[in-house]
Amino acid sequence: MSSERKIRVLVAKPGLDGHDRGAKVIARALRDAGMEVIYTGLRQTPEMIAAAALQEDVDAVGVSILSGAHNTLCPRIVQLLHERGMDDCLVLVGGIVPQEDIPRLKEQGVAEIFLPGTSTEDIVRFLRENVRPRE
Amino acid sequence: MPETKEVTSREEAAVERWEQETLEPVLRKRPERKRRFDTVSLEEVKRLYTPADMSEVDYERDISFPGEFPYTRGIHPTGYRGKLWTMRQFAGFGTPEETNQRFKYLMAQGQTGLSVAYDLPTLMGYDADSPLSEGEVGKCGVAVSSLADMEILFDGIPLEEVTVSQTINAPASVLLTMYLVVAEKQGADWKKISGTLQNDILKEYIAQKEWIYPIRPAMKLVTDTFEFCTNHVPKYNPISVSGYHIREAGATALQELAFTLRDGIEYVEWGVRAGLDVDEFVPRISFFFNAHNDFFEEIAKYRAARRIWSRVMRERFGAKNERTLQLRFHTQTAGVSLTVQQPLNNIVRVAIQALAGVLGGTQSLHTDAYDEALALPTDRAALIALRTQQIIAEETGVANTVDPLGGSYFVEALTKQMEDGALDYFEKIDSMGGMVESIEKGFPQREIQESAYQYQKAVERGEQTIVGVNKYQMEEEPAEVPILVINEAVRDRQVERLERTRVRRDKGAVANALEKLKQAARNDENTMPATIEAVRAYATLGEICDALRDVYGLYEEPAF
Repeated sequence: MSSERKIRVLVAKPGLDGHDRGAKVIARALRDAGMEVIYTGLRQTPEMIAAAALQEDVDAVGVSILSGAHNTLCPRIVQLLHERGMDDCLVLVGGIVPQEDIPRLKEQGVAEIFLPGTSTEDIVRFLRENVRPRE
Repeated sequence: MPETKEVTSREEAAVERWEQETLEPVLRKRPERKRRFDTVSLEEVKRLYTPADMSEVDYERDISFPGEFPYTRGIHPTGYRGKLWTMRQFAGFGTPEETNQRFKYLMAQGQTGLSVAYDLPTLMGYDADSPLSEGEVGKCGVAVSSLADMEILFDGIPLEEVTVSQTINAPASVLLTMYLVVAEKQGADWKKISGTLQNDILKEYIAQKEWIYPIRPAMKLVTDTFEFCTNHVPKYNPISVSGYHIREAGATALQELAFTLRDGIEYVEWGVRAGLDVDEFVPRISFFFNAHNDFFEEIAKYRAARRIWSRVMRERFGAKNERTLQLRFHTQTAGVSLTVQQPLNNIVRVAIQALAGVLGGTQSLHTDAYDEALALPTDRAALIALRTQQIIAEETGVANTVDPLGGSYFVEALTKQMEDGALDYFEKIDSMGGMVESIEKGFPQREIQESAYQYQKAVERGEQTIVGVNKYQMEEEPAEVPILVINEAVRDRQVERLERTRVRRDKGAVANALEKLKQAARNDENTMPATIEAVRAYATLGEICDALRDVYGLYEEPAF
């Protein structure tokens, strides 16, 4: 990891769900770990999330989703980031995702899925180990 | 009162003697497991509670008898000996047909009331065919876009006999109307219908965040339903002031109690300002609390809630009607406490949480299913959740006597601590100008976020144990549990019905009713009559909410 540049993460809440406890806890934990965090606020479309990721030039997007709409929303976020040339930007998903959906989401380009009970330290570690170092 | 003081000091002296003679030698030989013992809300619990902790609690003034002011021991003189709590399992998924089947299944298994879970598009006032609904139709609850869906949802369920609770907030007035029109079509008399509408918009801004309009017009819609129900559906509870979601968002037990009751006060103030009589409409305000893991803390919370509410109603609002003073509440076990890891352990958590609700004197109860950290419950999981309540009610003996924990030094001291803490929060909120103002300032939201973060840290430091998550983990978990999958075809079916409904209805009547609704909203008149007209004409939920969005605008959450 480059020592000059802090890891920048967009914490995003797509879909209609308003349960933002997880998103806000993660945002604060990443900030406490020295990362720069931008929180999108609620009810962002995949288009809004991808645009924010590009504008903020983030290394990773953390998508919080508990409503069961992950199979619709997550692949679209990955696709839109790809279209904007952000293939290096990691997409992480946190929330309620059934086991059987995980392999397909990973095939579609989601870097990792964190289920309930994950420690924030594990997420910090994952980001430090997997964000591609920049110049 | 020198006499009381003397007694107190004698009791304190007795505790000191015990500490020196009996406790100290043992502690020297064998220290306790931890330096500090905390509740799940991170409140410290003392080693022992004795009469010395009851010095400020007077039996007749503060505890009293069940069915008597301040109702600490419950609102019924016979507790559950007369009537058990209502077993009301929250259910809803997929299409109205599927949920109607689940309702009938639960009733066949001995469930005594219904509770509807709506999907996110419905909660947000969008139709199933809105682009914003994609991926969400029927997922978190049942999809209802118009009266046509509501007719199917309650097909074969007699609404004059069954009490139904509806979890709906921002568009609550519309769903209430759909419900009443279905009842009317069944031939039911509105005067005889009882049930509950959640309709608690304040906790949406505070915690659950399924809002549509800005706070003040949203409060006006709530007040409209109070007024309408008081006059036309007198046995119906038009609101369930909810701490459940506040707790799930991370609040402590005390914050849940304080913010919920202060929300209740706010609704009463708005009703009074709209010209309603406290003793007429407040008896129909009900409450909804969480049942989390910390057994005694939860029981103290429910007992304190009743005591605080009766005092506030009498002292702040001059209530005289006994029903106004009696806080009635529904309880649901804590969804947030359920784990994905070793999910069958959740059955045990739910049973203990449910027992706390019962010992706290709840009027109705929902027990979560063990698979709810994974998905919506399967039939089997929902059945075990219901059976858990039946076992508590009919096997354990806890319903045989009223308020069995009353008089416990610990529970009474905790109840008092809860009451004092809640009153401190009331003072803070009052000094900000009230609950609406304090929400606009982000006060309860920030308090909850901070508690959520502190709890997460305590779990990660191992100070709070979650079995299977930060202790007793297993690499290979013993049992995979089957989960309920909602497929995307639900949306297609709902969209088809919506299209058929739009073709069949009288377009002129719909446009006319929606225009009247906008007029009522603009002129600050009660919106219920125009909403009823629109629903009867099969205007969709999305269309009705769009009409109000046009007039009221949308809520924007301030950043904090």
